[in-house]
Amino acid sequence: MVDEKTRETLDIWVAGTEEPQFQPTDEGTQEFGLDETEARLDDQFGRVVSDDYVFDDEVSDDERMIVNMGPQHPSTHGVLRLLLELEGEVIRRTKPIIGYLHTGMEKTAEQLTFSQGPTNVTRMDYLAPLHGELAFSLAVERLLDIEVPPRAQAIRVLMTELNRIASHLVALATNGMDIGALSMMIYGFRERESILAFFEKTTGLRMNHNYIRPGGVAADLPPGWKDDVAAILEDMPQRLVQYDDLLKDNPIWVARTEGVGVISAEEAIAYSITGPALRATGVDWDLRRAFPYSGIEQYEFDVVVGENGDVYDRYRVRVDEITESLKIVEQVMDAMPKGDYRIGDAKITPPPRARIDESMEALIHHFKLFTEGFKVPEGETYVAVESPRGELGCYLASDGQARPYRMHTRAPSFYNLQALPIAMADSLVADTIATIASMDPVMGDVDR
Amino acid sequence: MATTAPGNLLMTTVERAANWARTRSMFPATFGLACCAIEMMATGAAHYDLARFGMEVFRASPRQADLMIVAGRVSQKMAPVLRQVYDQMPDPKWVISMGACASTGGMFNNYALVQGVDQVVPVDIYVPGCPPGPQSLMHGILTLHDKIMAGEIRV
Amino acid sequence: MSPVLEQLAESFESVIWEDSQGQDVARVPRDDWEAFARAAKGAGFEVCVDVTAVDWMRQRPERFEVVACLLSMAHKVRLRMITTVGREEPSVASLTPIWPGAGYAEREVWDMFGIRFEGHPDLTRILMPDDWEGHPLRKDFGVGSVPVQFKASHRVN
Repeated sequence: MVDEKTRETLDIWVAGTEEPQFQPTDEGTQEFGLDETEARLDDQFGRVVSDDYVFDDEVSDDERMIVNMGPQHPSTHGVLRLLLELEGEVIRRTKPIIGYLHTGMEKTAEQLTFSQGPTNVTRMDYLAPLHGELAFSLAVERLLDIEVPPRAQAIRVLMTELNRIASHLVALATNGMDIGALSMMIYGFRERESILAFFEKTTGLRMNHNYIRPGGVAADLPPGWKDDVAAILEDMPQRLVQYDDLLKDNPIWVARTEGVGVISAEEAIAYSITGPALRATGVDWDLRRAFPYSGIEQYEFDVVVGENGDVYDRYRVRVDEITESLKIVEQVMDAMPKGDYRIGDAKITPPPRARIDESMEALIHHFKLFTEGFKVPEGETYVAVESPRGELGCYLASDGQARPYRMHTRAPSFYNLQALPIAMADSLVADTIATIASMDPVMGDVDR
Repeated sequence: MATTAPGNLLMTTVERAANWARTRSMFPATFGLACCAIEMMATGAAHYDLARFGMEVFRASPRQADLMIVAGRVSQKMAPVLRQVYDQMPDPKWVISMGACASTGGMFNNYALVQGVDQVVPVDIYVPGCPPGPQSLMHGILTLHDKIMAGEIRV
Repeated sequence: MSPVLEQLAESFESVIWEDSQGQDVARVPRDDWEAFARAAKGAGFEVCVDVTAVDWMRQRPERFEVVACLLSMAHKVRLRMITTVGREEPSVASLTPIWPGAGYAEREVWDMFGIRFEGHPDLTRILMPDDWEGHPLRKDFGVGSVPVQFKASHRVN
């Protein structure tokens, strides 16, 4: 037994001589008093995350910093450039700078005949090329005052709805990639391939099809198309459930998207936002329902509407829209009318290849059509279709010649991009790319 | 030499070894501009799997890349940016001009586009198509590999 | 004509109404442009879908036409309002104070046609570089195409 004095002197502690006492140190401990409120305890336990970066508005100018993002940036979906005015981590103001992909397509459109026109517009929104062709063709047909046969209309609906699925899959893929859900990028592009394979079989190209033309479509559906579409219809829903589970059950994904990049319904309408971004705010507006085109009113589908207008809702709307598009595709496939895939007017559509060999008249029509094109009566019109990004309109003015006097495209991404500063105001820098990706801008569509 | 050296000996030239190393891990810079960028992404994604050629790592920073795939149309506004990105890439560096627009201006022969990216940067391989399919791009990349293997080391 | 438009037509006598391939078009005098737009918004056209312009050169007495497409989601009605703008220093009242969504579109029209929008908060070039000269979509601005030279052309001759 060691006495007290010895212990103090030697400053050692021998086991079992006394009750061990816990000696707290200051390091890493927090004091909890009895008078602590629940809210304060939540704060200390980390159940509530208070944002450290929200400062008072009265900050002097030299604490603000302007950061340039893009035009060469992996997450700006092409060549979008943003000027971000930051205060610490918080974005106060944003200025999108566009035009880095300006191709002068509206000027080129004035050089091309009406039958060449779709080659031009298809390269605008390169993720939804068929919708651009459809808007242009519908505008030309309205000026010509012609109606395409039912089979052509059904083929148009089939192809554009498949295109919508492909486009939304890329939107999901890139949205996932930007936030860090990299598997979604791999899967989204893989599933898109099955649709592109069908497009290649039908139109000859994976993108930029030039398939929907004034007067109908360029070619009939290939033999065995029903099997291909049926395979897509069988495969896609179960895959879609997998992807949805992959993202919506991922707490990081949900935390990074919910309540981020919020746009209210009033703001969306004021800034002319259309498409999934508008529907995510709770506005029930779809051109397929409001102003039906190409006989799309015959098919049953629901307009998917969100609630909060945040990134998560926009993602939700896209996933559900794929399901609705699959519904339409299935109905079109079952009820595909028989008949011609373009109108029989030899002045507007070329004669069948076999006729050229036997008929002089057909040869002349073919030659005239591909050298001079067809003349469109004087007038102006505006026709819009619902593209995966929103209202894709085509304003066409003709002075009676074979080329458009003026062709203007109302690009949905152009207008949706305009609302980025609203969606991103007072949000964190890290949320920028989530917001951009959820608006799904296609820069070819923005700059044209 | 055969008497002193142990087995499993490989003989080559420095040039050939260096070229082999360069071709087997090329890092492309992400320079997606338009439609071709989507096909470039599709090439890197699961179905076509560019990783087979050791190039799936698209570097966001030009300073970490040695290959620039100019995927899409280059506008007058973008051309200075393109040149700057190219200048930031460390040597040795190569450029693939992907698609008709990047190579010649394509169907857009107008005021807005640079008629061929070779007016701005030197181009090694032109890939035709509008847009070129993933197979075309991969063929272009493999052709570039051949070109590098056959080339001399420049300092 | 839908009731919404009839109500508008009554309050503006100077506006000429047209039916263009089944679409309603209001040809508005330039001075009434802003007032008509305000009235249209009051009548229920809550979205300005698009603003664009057409350069008619010498085909029409006034060179430019400014076209704005409006949409009423509640009534499911579209309306296109068109005004004309003269050759010398073309300008018209801006729609941006009424519909913020018209902001980018009007910048694009300024960039492409050189039509000024009075009252626009930030009328700068949007698609072309800032130091660009001219307005590309005007008809007197050339396409700027470069003649294509084929490598084998000397053999053809």
